[in-house]
Amino acid sequence: MDSLHRYRVPLALLVIALALGAPFVLYPVFLMKLLCFALFASAFNLLLGYVGLLSFGHAAFLGTAGYVTGYLVKDAGLPMVPGLLAGTAAAALLGYVFGSLAIRRRGIYFAMITLALAQMVYFVCLQVPQTGGEDGLQAVPRGRLFGVLDLTNNITMYYVVLAIFLFGSFVIYRTIHSPFGQVLKAIRENEQRAVSLGYEVDRYKLLAFVLSAALSGLAGATKALVLQLASLTDVDWHTSGEVVLMTLLGGMGTVAGPFVGAALVVTMQDYLADIGAFVTVIIGGVFVVCVLVFRRGLVGELARALKLKT
Amino acid sequence: MTEIFGIPLQVLFGQLLIGLINGAFYAVLSLGLAIIFGLLRIINFAHGAQYMLGAFVAWMALHYFGLNYWVALIVSPIVVGLLGMAFERTMLRRLYRFDHLYGLLLTFGIALVVEGLFSNFYGVSGKPYSIPEALGGGTNLGFMFLPNYRAWVVVASLVVCLGTWLVIERTKIGAYLRAGIENPTLVQSFGVNLPLLITLTYGFGAALAAFAGVLAAPIFQVSPLMGSNLIIIVFAVVVIGGMGSILGAILTGFGLGLVEGLSKVFYPEASNTVIFVIMVLVLLIKPSGLFGREA
Repeated sequence: MDSLHRYRVPLALLVIALALGAPFVLYPVFLMKLLCFALFASAFNLLLGYVGLLSFGHAAFLGTAGYVTGYLVKDAGLPMVPGLLAGTAAAALLGYVFGSLAIRRRGIYFAMITLALAQMVYFVCLQVPQTGGEDGLQAVPRGRLFGVLDLTNNITMYYVVLAIFLFGSFVIYRTIHSPFGQVLKAIRENEQRAVSLGYEVDRYKLLAFVLSAALSGLAGATKALVLQLASLTDVDWHTSGEVVLMTLLGGMGTVAGPFVGAALVVTMQDYLADIGAFVTVIIGGVFVVCVLVFRRGLVGELARALKLKT
Repeated sequence: MTEIFGIPLQVLFGQLLIGLINGAFYAVLSLGLAIIFGLLRIINFAHGAQYMLGAFVAWMALHYFGLNYWVALIVSPIVVGLLGMAFERTMLRRLYRFDHLYGLLLTFGIALVVEGLFSNFYGVSGKPYSIPEALGGGTNLGFMFLPNYRAWVVVASLVVCLGTWLVIERTKIGAYLRAGIENPTLVQSFGVNLPLLITLTYGFGAALAAFAGVLAAPIFQVSPLMGSNLIIIVFAVVVIGGMGSILGAILTGFGLGLVEGLSKVFYPEASNTVIFVIMVLVLLIKPSGLFGREA
């Protein structure tokens, strides 16, 4: 076994210990937002990093789940847990539709199709009355977990979000390191050979796509509860671009990369919120530098420098 | 007034004209994308930004240098084409040996930078650009009123599209380009300067986008984000048409513009999404696109 893998348990425990203490040092809402985007980027990375499929429409899953959860919790009065599950299920279903269409084409076409489908979702969200159009769904109530825990308390909410994040990350980790994950990597490395070995490549791709969409949905549904808001920003194509950037910046195909990338991008947006349109310039610039100079991302380059296998 | 399916003819023709104009932009933009994709195998995400740049160069030429529309129509594509070539030479070129997705991501990043810069300096609300005097007013065709400028846009786009097609099909450089698309290695071994051909092709694609941008300037406002939403629709157009044929890209562009115009008349709620719905249908029936070959 490689060295990084050997230390995975103490490393994971260290990260969890830090995460448990974090809300007493940093602003909990910021941390929750970060966890949601980290889960989103990890779910995206499952597809880009491990199957080699570049989806440019993942905002649709994040946003749709947010709207579904927001609508059910706010307007239909559903409790939080069924609301979250329904949002996740909606994203999974949408993922199934997107996936079945997009895997008909490869490479660059795949990216364009997912982008176009997501734009269609954007227009639908803009027009249907349930989403609140330009205003979005505001003041989504967090409610009580199992009718007991008061989630309006940010610290309590933080631990719930942390639990959701850990659950999502665990699912992704187990998927990557399962025989199913091995087949996905085989498809990434050489699709023809995977086909000739008898794997039904399209079914594997579709399943990975649905899983990625569902977990992105989980992130979006959680985010809607955290910020008590579901808005058009979440289904906008800029968000699809941002998740690509997070994954690329952190290191695609690494477990920790998306987390690092999400942390950097969310922090950057938070601190640079005052300078308006210039944020886009910086994000674009980071994109260009990443693609030209370090395609492996921060975690990937670091692992290479330390001669570790991730 | 004459009606068809309960719709006044004048409204129908009006929307068809708008559809034809949108179709003209789809056609010119998807043509540029198809040419770049053919040789570079890269989807140029910066195409929308180059279209926007085209319009802005025209606006700047007028406001800072007093150069009119007709000069801008020539100058703007040249400027943007040169910028495109510089971009290809300095950045895009480094990525050819990697996965083509990196090219897509690079052009995406550049598009964000350019659009962000223009939003920052000029605001997102947009600048007006007036119709050139010679093309002001309109012609009464009896069944409808045709603004002269709109007729010009359709004609100019058609001429540019067909001209491009002729250059590619009938000239020596077009033959090199087609050969390069079929088999780049072999073409290079015959002594054709392939890197130069690639640079010129990218520049030409960018210039086409800029040309569309100048045409668009008097119709839509000149705004930093004018390209980013359009380009996604053009991507759908490209998926529908497939990128195998130049004429296919032109036909699909105009056709889809008309369909969009019709949907505005008969079912306005769907006008934003109709092209995407058609894309879904095409993917279900003929995944390689109407005129495409499986790439």
